[in-house]
Amino acid sequence: MTNTTKIKAARPVYRNIHISQISSYRLPPAGIVSILHRISGLMMFLLLPFVVWMFDMSLTSEISYDAFTNAFVAGIGFVPAWFVKLTVLALLWGYLHHFIAGVRHLWMDATHSVSKEQGHSTAVMTLALSVLLTLLLGAKLFGLY
Amino acid sequence: MSTFGSKRTVVGAHYGLRDWLAQRVTAVLMAVFTVVVLAQFLMPGALGYDRWAGIFAQQWMKFLTFVVILSLAYHAWVGTRDIWMDYVKPVGLRLALHVFTLVWLLGCAGWAVQVLWRM
Repeated sequence: MTNTTKIKAARPVYRNIHISQISSYRLPPAGIVSILHRISGLMMFLLLPFVVWMFDMSLTSEISYDAFTNAFVAGIGFVPAWFVKLTVLALLWGYLHHFIAGVRHLWMDATHSVSKEQGHSTAVMTLALSVLLTLLLGAKLFGLY
Repeated sequence: MSTFGSKRTVVGAHYGLRDWLAQRVTAVLMAVFTVVVLAQFLMPGALGYDRWAGIFAQQWMKFLTFVVILSLAYHAWVGTRDIWMDYVKPVGLRLALHVFTLVWLLGCAGWAVQVLWRM
C-alpha cells in the first residue's frame, strides 16, 4: 500500500501550458502543423475582407481589373506594392498550409491511419510542401521568374 | 445497465458531431472549388480580364461559387468559434468576439455574393 502511494506521488503532473512557457515548449512536428492550422485559419479569417476586395476588383470591370493588377506594381491608395505582395504572400502560405493540413486530416479520418510514425512523417511532409510551394509561388509573385 | 456504445447516455448541446462533419464537408467543397478554379486558370492562353471574368460568368460556376461562399462562412465560423472557446474565458469578451465573427463573416459573404451576381 505504501509502495503504490509512493509511486503515485512520484508521477509527473501535467498542467495546462502557460503563455510564458510557449517558446520553451518543444512541440513535435504534428503539434506544429496543428497550431499553424489554427494560426493560418485565423489569419485568413481576418484577411477575408481583403480577399473579397480582390475578388471584387478583379471581376467587376476592366477598369477595376487594371487597378487590381496595378496594385501589385505601383501600389494602391496609400498602400505600397510591396505591402500588397507581402499580404498576398502571407495568404498564399496560409491557404497552402491550411489546405495541405486539412487534406492530411481528411486522409486520417478516412483511413484511420493514426500511428505515431505516420503522424510524424505526414506532418513533416505538410510543413515541407507548404513552405516549398509558398516559396515557388512567392518567387513568381515578386517577379523572380 | 449498459451506458456506453449505442446505449450511452447522450448529454450536451449535440452540436459536436454536426459541426465536426460540417467542417469536413465544407472543406471538401472548397478543395474541389480550388481545383476547378485552378484548372481553368491554368488553361493555355493569355490571362486577361475577359478570360478571368469569363470563368465566373458561367452559370454552373456561379452555382458552385455561391455554395463555396456559404461553405467558407460556415467553416470559418466553426473554426474561429473553436479558437475563442479555447482561449477566451471571460463570457462577455467571448460573446463580443462571437458577434464580431458572425458580423465579419456574414458581411464578407454578402459582399462576395453581390460581386458574383452583378457580373
